[in-house]
Amino acid sequence: MSRVFVPKDSGARSVGADAVAAAFAALGAEVVRTGSRGLYWLEPMAEVETAAGRIAYGPMAPGDAAAALADRSDKRIGLLAAFPPFARQTRMLFARVGLIDPLDYRAYQAAGGGVGLAAARAMTPDAVIAAIKASGLRGRGGAGFPTGIKWQTVSQAEGARKYVVCNADEGDSGTFADRMLMEGDPFLLLEGMAIAGHAVGADKGYIYLRSEYPDAEATLEAAIAAAPFLDAAFSVELRVGAGAYICGEETALLESLEGKRGMSRAKPPLPAISGFMAAPTVVNNVLTLAAAPAILAAGAAAHAALGSGRSLGTMPFQLSGNVRYPGLYEAPFGLSLRTLVEDWGGGTASGRPLRAVQVGGPLGAYFPAALLDTPLDYEAFAAAGGMLGHGGVVVFDDTVDLARQARFALAFCAHESCGKCTPCRIGAQRGVEVVDKIIAGEDRPRQRAVLDDLLEVMRDGSLCALGGLTPVPVQSALDWFPEDFEREAGS
Amino acid sequence: MSIENDIRQIAVAHQAADGALLPMLVAVNRALGYVPAEADAVLADLLNITKADVAGMVSFYSDFRRAPPGQRRVAVCRAEACQAAGGDALAAEIEAATGCAMGATAADGSVTLDAAYCFGNCALAPAVMVDGALIGRATPARFVEAFGKAGAP
Repeated sequence: MSRVFVPKDSGARSVGADAVAAAFAALGAEVVRTGSRGLYWLEPMAEVETAAGRIAYGPMAPGDAAAALADRSDKRIGLLAAFPPFARQTRMLFARVGLIDPLDYRAYQAAGGGVGLAAARAMTPDAVIAAIKASGLRGRGGAGFPTGIKWQTVSQAEGARKYVVCNADEGDSGTFADRMLMEGDPFLLLEGMAIAGHAVGADKGYIYLRSEYPDAEATLEAAIAAAPFLDAAFSVELRVGAGAYICGEETALLESLEGKRGMSRAKPPLPAISGFMAAPTVVNNVLTLAAAPAILAAGAAAHAALGSGRSLGTMPFQLSGNVRYPGLYEAPFGLSLRTLVEDWGGGTASGRPLRAVQVGGPLGAYFPAALLDTPLDYEAFAAAGGMLGHGGVVVFDDTVDLARQARFALAFCAHESCGKCTPCRIGAQRGVEVVDKIIAGEDRPRQRAVLDDLLEVMRDGSLCALGGLTPVPVQSALDWFPEDFEREAGS
Repeated sequence: MSIENDIRQIAVAHQAADGALLPMLVAVNRALGYVPAEADAVLADLLNITKADVAGMVSFYSDFRRAPPGQRRVAVCRAEACQAAGGDALAAEIEAATGCAMGATAADGSVTLDAAYCFGNCALAPAVMVDGALIGRATPARFVEAFGKAGAP
């Protein structure tokens, strides 16, 4: 009886993976549901186990199952290790995603899981923090703050109780790495949280998950119940949000976790000093925590050897929008945007010329084709007026209207603003009105002066990153695509 | 059983949690489909807070509704990655197919149509959720198929 691996990933399921799995089962195959390999244009994918390894097929329809089992299918991709879109990646964080049943702890261990936590627990907390610092790991949620320094701050802060909070409120459009990891390798995240707990002296961890990820919720609940390394010394609780983008901002997240409206707090105090319930709290993104086990297992030097400049290790870049080969591509920092979008992504799906690439979510800059040679690292992106954020890359062809996208950025901010500070609450709303007037051709020079002023006030005067960064996509649209704001009204 | 009793039973399971109000409201909203006005006094009593504290939570989070939703639930992603993949046209088609404007419930209570901002299915954009089931590479035809099938008895 053949063993067949079919993703249970919510993306794969959204294009029919359940029916493909059922078709294999009906033919007598033993079906193992896994995470997704991230090659989404080939989903639903299936991999048939053979003596030579797992042979991949995709995109599959239920009717293709018999031919795949007989290895005479025209959907044959072959061994992924020999398939360039997969083989050229450097899979560290996502090493197991797509390989194993996400809730099979023995399979997790057999594939190297648990080694990092065992190593950490044999070390002093200070030694664990030293290893994280030496690895150069930086927060993957977007801000890029050095993780070891954050952990050290929490470790040294005074507090009867300390907490580890995982920010799984992955709200940025164009990002899905957290979701894939939580659905495809949840034990890795829990192991990373347990390492953080040991390092900072916390006995409780929370995962704050957005409500738009029901599959991740079910998988995490099951993984928390099954993880043998979670106990009274370190336990994890899953908390589900209720539809508020702002709760991805760490202080708003903490307010929400405390059962309040998700309104940003003024900093200082930093959450590391006074976070959840006013206790010292590590707030890290899913991918940051998931990076810790490999650093403890393989050593800080192995992590620090990858990447470029001060952006060390690998990043799972997420490519979507109008692109031929959308998916998750993990590679060391420093890969050029052009390589990712054109070589790996195959350019636009429509075949029309690429006009803009938005990197880093709704608060990231729109780059023109002229900036495609920017390396994907934190400093290079900041120098070019953008931000790498959570590694999401959304491609637009020449049908995009950047004045409309600028309006959307402001409207999204107006919709999602928590309302606490005036620049964000009023500025975003006024910004929409002003851009509407510019689009309508009303007194453009004066409206432009108002918009410039608004963007400056939002950038410099907002309490948190939502109001502070909303000007980034708007400014980039104005700087790189001025013609979209100068068109004859109604054209 | 009064609705107050139902709400109390749902909520009390979360009473010991730190920051219990959010999980209580999530549980009520999931069980009943909305957060009835009667919940405010019940939760305020359980947590020794004011009714205004509860009402403020309900109005802040977009998942919480004050009125029952339609029998069917459709949510269309309106964020950038789906926009780049034809999401605007799809959203317009779905509004026409359901006879509902974005954010509205049909007058006969048959369906509620919501805008969503990202299901994390960007690589299979555009994305739509029909009664909790995610549809990737959505087209008007795939939407109608899923909407019709899931609605069949």
